[in-house]
Amino acid sequence: MKLNGAQILWECLMREGVDVFFGITGGTVMPLYHELSNYSIRSITMRHEQAAAHAADGYARATGKVGVCLATSGPGATNLVTGIANAQMDSSSVVAITGQVASGVLGTDFFQEVDITGITMPITKHNYLVTSVNDLAQAVREAFHLASTGRPGAVLLDISKDAQQGVTEFAYPESVNLPGYKPHVHGNARQIRQAAEMINHAHRPLVIAGRGVIIANAFDELLALVEQAQLPVVTSLLGKSGLPETHPLCLGMGGMHGESYANLAMQNADLIIGIGSRFDDRLTSSAETFAPNAKIIHVDIDPAEIGKRVRVDLPVVGDARNVLRELVKMVHKADHTSWLEQIREWREETRTHDILQNECDGLQPQYVINQLWEVTKGHALMVSDVGQNQMWEAQYYRHLRPGGLITSGGLGTMGFGLPAAIGAAVGCPQENVWLVAGDGGFQMTLQEMATIMQEGIPIKMAILNNGFLGMVRQWQELFYQGNYTGTPILGPDFAKLAEAYGVRGMTVVNSSDVRAAIEQANAYPGPVLIDFRVEREQNVFPIVPVGQPIDNMIRRPIRKA
Amino acid sequence: MSAVDPNKESTRRTLVGLMEDKPGVLSHVTNLFRRRNYNIESLSVGHSEIPGISRMTVVVNGDDAVVEQVIKQLYKIVNVLKVTDIDDPTAVMRELALIKVHAAPAARAEIKQLVDIFRASIIDVALESLTIEISGTEDKVDSLIAMVRPYGIKELTRTGRIAMARGNTTTSVNKQINN
Ligand SMILES: Cc1ncc(C[n+]2csc(CCOP(=O)(O)OP(=O)(O)O)c2C)c(N)n1
Ligand SMILES: [Mg+2]
Repeated sequence: MKLNGAQILWECLMREGVDVFFGITGGTVMPLYHELSNYSIRSITMRHEQAAAHAADGYARATGKVGVCLATSGPGATNLVTGIANAQMDSSSVVAITGQVASGVLGTDFFQEVDITGITMPITKHNYLVTSVNDLAQAVREAFHLASTGRPGAVLLDISKDAQQGVTEFAYPESVNLPGYKPHVHGNARQIRQAAEMINHAHRPLVIAGRGVIIANAFDELLALVEQAQLPVVTSLLGKSGLPETHPLCLGMGGMHGESYANLAMQNADLIIGIGSRFDDRLTSSAETFAPNAKIIHVDIDPAEIGKRVRVDLPVVGDARNVLRELVKMVHKADHTSWLEQIREWREETRTHDILQNECDGLQPQYVINQLWEVTKGHALMVSDVGQNQMWEAQYYRHLRPGGLITSGGLGTMGFGLPAAIGAAVGCPQENVWLVAGDGGFQMTLQEMATIMQEGIPIKMAILNNGFLGMVRQWQELFYQGNYTGTPILGPDFAKLAEAYGVRGMTVVNSSDVRAAIEQANAYPGPVLIDFRVEREQNVFPIVPVGQPIDNMIRRPIRKA
Repeated sequence: MSAVDPNKESTRRTLVGLMEDKPGVLSHVTNLFRRRNYNIESLSVGHSEIPGISRMTVVVNGDDAVVEQVIKQLYKIVNVLKVTDIDDPTAVMRELALIKVHAAPAARAEIKQLVDIFRASIIDVALESLTIEISGTEDKVDSLIAMVRPYGIKELTRTGRIAMARGNTTTSVNKQINN
């Protein structure tokens, strides 16, 4: 069958199971869009390419499939960069497709020519510059394979215009030929046995679960293991929703803004079992002072993560699900009564600091999240932006849906939330998708409300509007003598703005109206934005100052009732 | 023996890598060193015994943990097939240098003598200069350079280290290529 490059691309995408992509057209991708009408692949036109990349990322995280975004050469391609870096940092399966100028003029600074393979080299798992139609199918096949296997990541396919237009005999490649790429998915049996041994002998064991658990779909396996051996679990931000967060063994998020009992558990454990977590600095703080009394087992599919930040006593390279399945067979039933009792005590003590237990004036952002959690019963597919709003979501929303939190962890990209929520909702149309965003980050990609309306995507948006780049303001308050330079921000009337886009808009000023507003929005069939005018100078506590041991926390102030 | 001067300091290590000879691979490798802040002393790349596979020798500064990370990160590059730490004392390490020295007629005999002592060779002669070719360990190359410096070095180029294990040990690809 003789096809042109554009047809070959779509043929390949169909075979990879792609039924939707997020993109913006332009000169060098016109041949692609031109052929699209013959294929049953949904094209979602975004309003900015960065948003297209985040949408593909959100789609990938929500569905476990590869998310695809598409942009034209030059500015289209450079606009993707933040989204690509974000996906790569959080191991999200994204294939980004860009048009490129014709191969004959490559390297001449042609109109809208940019070296996007060069630019994205350090922020992709791999990338391809395809300049001949004959290489296209193989490159597409490999790109999808790389993006979705091993440790997932972002792969860029840069396709010159002549490669899109050239004609060749199409045959879908049977296999990939990547001799340098052989992910280890099965853990070494001896090391797994050793890990079981160590768990069986530990007195104060603790699991640290990262996003690897979610990527590997290891929810049941993790739960089976921790119940069997009564292992308490701390998660990283990206590990949240890897196990039901109301489970008594789940201590929630640890780290810079982790609950104090989670951080105390890390520092007092005698064995840490890291599963699919890269022991990021936001989780461990200073690596030298992290978990001083613990031996560390590190299970990860990426060997380069092992020993990168913290010392590791036993590495297990493999897919979390495979490893956990084997491990659970060898781990003895245990109760760890005194250790769990100790953690329970820390937890009780923490409750006295809980802002929800204390009386305060004004509309508290924590309360908004708490109500969101109650109304959606922990089952919403939550997407958060970056900043204080993200941390409050992480602290107060206890996820019950496996993989129910999508957030930008590694890169911390403001503006990720709305487009990622679009991607998630497109991938999971039956789910209740809620966005939590700050007034700052929301304004970085709010143009996508147009996409929401055009595509009929019924997501709910909760803006925690504090009139500040709040997280930075908090640091200024705590560490820069309260010098609020560059952090106060004016926003539009978000509800009116939403209405201008055809989205239902609401504004909440009083605590007493929070519940009803969330209930209304939740029941409404279309998209809704709620502008919560929260207390402007609320802080996220606990907070561990940068570089301090992770149990050196500035706690929540206890207010008198 | 002149050839063996294993670098005893644990901070300088020699890695040999094999990679597919495809566009962008070398730039990927060098990019990695820069991006991850690895301290590279030299990098030398050329063909290997297998068509389509290039071989690189990297001299990297760092302790065991750094070297382990470098190896693992190199492996993450999809087109990198194999990386070995070749830092054993018996491995053969060589560097090639070309040195163009100022050589007034009166100095030629002296320079020629030095070149002979080092078992180097003079590969080009001009009115005012001689070009010397030397291969050997970096130390040997360093020494010759130091010896001829007083005459005036007009131009100098060094290849960086290449290395190979002795005996039957090889760094070669055990994975199937072109399956
Ligand atoms: C693209 C981007 N620019 C800047 C930052 C630095 N930054 C981190 S949090 C934050 C403030 C976010 O403000 P807002 O979105 O209003 O959320 P809040 O913290 O107030 O909840 C900033 C500026 C970032 N993370 N991402
Ligand atoms: Mg704000």
